[in-house]
Order: sequence, then C-alpha cells, then structure tokens
Amino acid sequence: MEGATAGGRSRFRAKLGADIALAVIGICFLAPLLWLLLAAVDPQAGYQTKVPSAPSLANFSAVLTPELLFQPLANSFLLSAGTAAVNLIAAVLAAYPLSRYQSRFNKPFMYTVLFGTSLPVTAIMVPVYGLFVQLQMLDSMAATIFFMATTTLPMAIWMTKNFMDSVPLELEEAAWMDGASAMAALRRIVLPLMRQGLGVVFIFVFIQAWGNFFVPFILLLSPGKQPAAVSIFSFFGQHGAIAYGQLAAFSILYSVPVLVLYALVSRGMGNSFALSGAMKG
Amino acid sequence: MTIRRFLRFLPVVPSILLLLLFLLAPVAWSFYASFTDAALSGKAARDPQWVGADNYVRMFSENSFPLAAWLTVVFVVASAVIGQNVLGLLIALLMTRSRNAVSALVGTAVVAAWVLPEIVAAFAAYAYFNRDGTLNQVVGLLGGQGLDWLYSFPLVAIILANTWRGTAFSMLVYRAALAEVPRDIAEAALMDGARGWQRLAFITLPLIRSSIATNLMLITLQTLAVFTLIWVMTAGGPAGASTTLPVLAYQEAFKFGDIGYGTAVASVLILLGMVFGAVYVRLLREQRP
Repeated sequence: MEGATAGGRSRFRAKLGADIALAVIGICFLAPLLWLLLAAVDPQAGYQTKVPSAPSLANFSAVLTPELLFQPLANSFLLSAGTAAVNLIAAVLAAYPLSRYQSRFNKPFMYTVLFGTSLPVTAIMVPVYGLFVQLQMLDSMAATIFFMATTTLPMAIWMTKNFMDSVPLELEEAAWMDGASAMAALRRIVLPLMRQGLGVVFIFVFIQAWGNFFVPFILLLSPGKQPAAVSIFSFFGQHGAIAYGQLAAFSILYSVPVLVLYALVSRGMGNSFALSGAMKG
Repeated sequence: MTIRRFLRFLPVVPSILLLLLFLLAPVAWSFYASFTDAALSGKAARDPQWVGADNYVRMFSENSFPLAAWLTVVFVVASAVIGQNVLGLLIALLMTRSRNAVSALVGTAVVAAWVLPEIVAAFAAYAYFNRDGTLNQVVGLLGGQGLDWLYSFPLVAIILANTWRGTAFSMLVYRAALAEVPRDIAEAALMDGARGWQRLAFITLPLIRSSIATNLMLITLQTLAVFTLIWVMTAGGPAGASTTLPVLAYQEAFKFGDIGYGTAVASVLILLGMVFGAVYVRLLREQRP
C-alpha cells in the first residue's frame, strides 16, 4: 500500500505518528499494573516497582490456604453464579413476551427499565441496608444474590430482548401450529437458537458480580460468607502491616477468572453493547 | 385487555417484583428515612422520629456537604467528561489510522484496567500513587521531586485513577461509532494539519454526536457512583479532601450511625441520578428511527 508516491509517504508518516501516540498511551495504561505483576513474584515486595532480586512463587503459596483464598473464592463463585442465574431466568422470562407480543405497554416498560439502570447503586446502599435490617435479610447470601441480580437486571433485560428479537418469529409459529405452548416454544426453539447471546448475558452479569465490592461489603457481615473482593480488603486494606507481595499474588489469582471470561466473550460483548439499549435504544 | 392477552405478559412479573422490591422500595425508603432521625443503634434505631426537613437543613449548615458536592462535580467533570471521554475519543481516532497490531495491543491494555475487579484496580492505583510508588519512581528518573500524591493531591490522584479505570468504555463506544462513519470521510477528516482538525470538528464529530451524548450520560452516571476506588485510595481523606457524595453518605450512615442524614445525602444522589437518567432515556428515544 505505501508506495513511493507523496501521498503514500505522508500516509505512512501519519500512520507511524498514530502508532507512536497509541503506544505511549498504552504504556501509561499498563504502568499501574506493572507493580501488581512484579510484586506478586517478589517475596520482599513493597510499594516500589522493581524487578525482584530473588523471584519466587512464595507469595502465591502463602495465600493458597483454605480460609484466605479458597473459601472467599468459593463465596465469590456462589454469589456471581447465583446472581447470573437469577438474572438470566428473570430476564429471559421478561424478554419473551416483550419480544414476541405487541402491546402499547412494551415501550414504556422498556424505557422505565432503562431508567432503572441509571440509579447510582452506591446511593441506594444506605437505604438497602435499612431495608435489609427491617426485613431481617442482613448477612443472607440469598438476599444479597437477589439484590445484586436486580441491580444488573435492567441491562440484562435489554440485552436479552435484543438477542431474542434476532430470532425469527416464523420458527415459533410453526411450533404453535403443532400445538406447542408459548413456554414450550421458548424452551425448545428460541433459547437453543440464542445460546450464544444467553452466554454473553450470563458472563456479563457474572463478571460484574465477581468484581463487586461495595454490595457484599455492606450486606454480608460474617467473614465465612464474604467473597474475595471483601476478604482481600479486610485482610490487606485495614491492617497495619501489609504483606504487599501476597496482596499482589491474591489480586492476580482473584482476577484471572474474569480476565478469562472476558476474553471468551469480548467479541460478543462488544456486539451486545452496541446492540443493547445502552447505545442504540 | 383480555385475560388471554394479560396472561401472555405473566412472565414479566418476576422481573417486576424484583425491581419493585430491590430498587423501587429502597429509593422510596430513602426519601422517607431522610425525613427521620433513624440511626444504626440506640433509641432512634428502634423508633425513628419524624424530623421534617432537619436533615436537609443540616446539609447546608455544615461544611461537609457543600464541599462533598463540589468535589463530586470536579471529580465527575475532570475524570469522566474530560478524562475518559476525550481520551477515549482520542484513542479511538488514533486507532482508525494506526496499524492493526498496535491498536489491538493498546486496546487490550486499556481494556485490562477496565475488566479487572474494581478492588484490584483500586489496590493497583493505590500502589501506583503511593509515596514509594511507580509514578514517583518515574518522576525521580526524570529528575523530578516525588510527591505524596494521596496526601497532598488526593483528588488529582483519584481523578487520574478513575480516568485510567474507565476510559475503555468510551473507547469501545467511539470505536463502534467511528466504524459507522463512512471510511473516506473519516480518513479525510484525519488527514494532515489544521485542515484535518477542522474536518474532525465539522464532519466527524457531528456525525457521531448522538454517541457522544449517550456516552457522556452513561459515564457521568457511572462516575457519580464511584465508591470503591476512592475508599481504597484515600477513604475520603485527608480531612474530607476527597470525600465525594457516595463516600459522605457511607460515612454518615455507617461510621457515624446517622442513617437519617446518610439517606438524605443518598437521596440527593438518587435525585441527581434520576435527572441524568431521564435525560439519557430521552436522548435514546429521540435517536430511534
């Protein structure tokens, strides 16, 4: 492409300029992560970023204990999978009639739901705590799951409805002719066809729940129920003496699942971002 | 509506119940409790009394609320409206004319900060801005004098950290928007010199203005709600110098046990969110063909 013509040369130069500018930005974005990576393999780590003099996996083996890592990670998994499951079931059920039947309530409903995505969750935490106290749901894993599912539900309904809209209606009409009920058609025809979309919604919600710190921090009290986001904070964030290397190692182990999941669906996720109410309506 | 048509919409009910119980009820309770002296413990915890607008009057008689409101505005404008928005657009524009490999690598670096769990991002940012941290090491290498960022310039550190954490979203939005701009126009607009900037201002930006508007609404709402990053980096300190409204609501309710006042602060935030949310929904409705 870059021939010897003047236009080609200036285009080449412009390209190089863009490459360099982008690379500088990329390095700035990576810089804060450098410490995390280096400190994790440095048993003598502090807040300084340095190449470890005696790199080892000691930090990792130090945090690989049941109460420090496995229990919190199991709690994180339970919370995230539970949240994603509740979310998906509610969202699929809600999306089906909204996608399949015309009604003058559809649009107002979808926009009200969209409006729900706008509520700042951190602002709701104080009243939610009050509500949980009144209903005696504090420190309940199930109640926390339902609350977390609700906060991501509006977005999930939008995404699910958009995925469902792209499954042609004719396929179900055939099934209806054969006498299948709407729910049977949903289960046997629509859901299998939008498997990928459902996976994207599930993982999207799972990632959000996995990374959520504030909600379980407020609603779950007993250490045995706290997910990794909270246990990492109470172990490292509040005590005087910090084992920096262990903090970094723990952070990496805790981050790996979401990085993998994101890589898995990033294409579909970008798509659904574009598809979902968030961008196009 | 016939019964049959009503039954068709029955599956929406679980979602509606969840939204009513866990979103609408807390919001309603927040507005109610903000007119009481509800507390975490003691007599006012068991039997909160109606105190009228006392909590709202108190907001403006103490310095902490106006300061937190001001810091919130500075934080949102600097880190979202300017930082994430402009940087995200810049990265997306650069990507349209850089090599694919470079833009894929840099895209991954930008997205990494965004995908990481927020507590990990917050720890990384804390370490980065620490007195002994990477930023001061770089400043030192360049011959400068390191600063205690988190103590002397807490809001600056938090603004930079939130820009770092959130830019990926704007970048993804603008990449998608620019991909829909006809290629020759985008290229022409990006070509050399001042004329390129003019075309950017008069051609490309007007073409993607609806994406810009929706993106601004969304990142404003997200940034308005940021808590974890601030809590881990500075806990709102020193002396309230980085206490934004969510941090203030948390401190009043949970550290000082004053649920009534805490919900009053939260109610102001919820109202703010509602205003932005209403504008956002309107924007999307107008955009629909």
